[in-house]
Amino acid sequence: MAARTLTINGTLISARSNETVLEAAREAGISIPTLCHLDGLSEVGACRLCLVEIAGSAKLQPACHTTVTEGMEVQTDTPRLKAHRRAIVELLFAERNHICAVCVASGHCELQQLAVEVGMSHVRYEYLSPDCSVDISHARFGIDHNRCVLCTRCVRACDEVEGVHTWDIAGRGTNARVITDLNVPWGEATSCTSCGKCLLACPTGAIFSRGSTVAELERDASRIATIVAARNERW
Amino acid sequence: MKRHQYRADALIEVLHKAQELYGHLTEDRLLEIAHSLHLPPSRVYGVATFYHFFSLTPQGEHSCTVCLGTACYVKGAMELLATLETESGLRAGSTSADGKLSLLTARCLGACGIAPAVIVDGNVAGHADPEVMRARVRALLDED
Ligand code: SF4
Ligand code: FES
Ligand code: FES
Repeated sequence: MAARTLTINGTLISARSNETVLEAAREAGISIPTLCHLDGLSEVGACRLCLVEIAGSAKLQPACHTTVTEGMEVQTDTPRLKAHRRAIVELLFAERNHICAVCVASGHCELQQLAVEVGMSHVRYEYLSPDCSVDISHARFGIDHNRCVLCTRCVRACDEVEGVHTWDIAGRGTNARVITDLNVPWGEATSCTSCGKCLLACPTGAIFSRGSTVAELERDASRIATIVAARNERW
Repeated sequence: MKRHQYRADALIEVLHKAQELYGHLTEDRLLEIAHSLHLPPSRVYGVATFYHFFSLTPQGEHSCTVCLGTACYVKGAMELLATLETESGLRAGSTSADGKLSLLTARCLGACGIAPAVIVDGNVAGHADPEVMRARVRALLDED
């Protein structure tokens, strides 16, 4: 694989030609905040948290979805990017009802970590406070739409790793919700194999295992990447 | 569906046809489409609810679609819609209990030159005036 040389925040690094800016940065020890990205799944570039500046381009580019090029000059942490990231995280909080104090994932939640990382002290936007349901019809898992950030990681884990596609997104805009099968209660979704990959993939406490209480839910999202890697090696 | 050889990428065309034939899309019909095209039901439902064009509830005998696209918006489509909502007692996107009228909205009908544009039963009305439209909606509701 051909190598590419580029700079990230002024540091010269080399990367494989098919790598994304995000992968190259991580290998060089530079962290870029992400949310919809999950190792092992395809990229959708939906959350825009990983936006970076690339010299010569007026538009910000998502690091997870941008391939490195020779001589690329990337900035990952400018004041402008920081301001955007904070605004994005605030908007995510404003869009649903995220109440960390009563959440199963508190302390193990990527959204909560992001808020800390981007230095969110309060939300400057009006809370939409939508009316969201909690579905505990499944024998082992539950989904609390109040905590969903619509990252589609569950949808992709279910489709790409389990190969089932129980999940999808219905509606649009503020009415968008993750659904199982034909928008039936999860427990009635016949395609679901109860494999729990959506639970592993979910960055927040939206998908939880039944019986976990506040701050108890610890998952290892990297298991998705492990499963995918193991499968690729076998073939 | 046969015409599209049960191809998965024909989903939108198939949904269009089904809605044209039956007026709206029922859950049974969506499930049937999912099975025939070998698509996950959740994907079919997702697509059917993403596009405003598709409807999962029966449409009224008459329909009135107010364009809320940029040009129409600028030309007062919001006030127009508010007027019609008050007159019909319907919220945008819903159908009257007697099944007479569906009040709908759209994003740019491609008729920006005559903004604000409204479609009443398939006929485009340009430069729509709230008072004139109010009367038309009243007439549709009162018709028997
Ligand atoms: S349920 Fe979790 S994984 Fe699925 S879209 Fe919502 S936040 Fe993402
Ligand atoms: S992580 Fe790149 S857009 Fe979400
Ligand atoms: S904005 Fe209404 S027709 Fe284009």
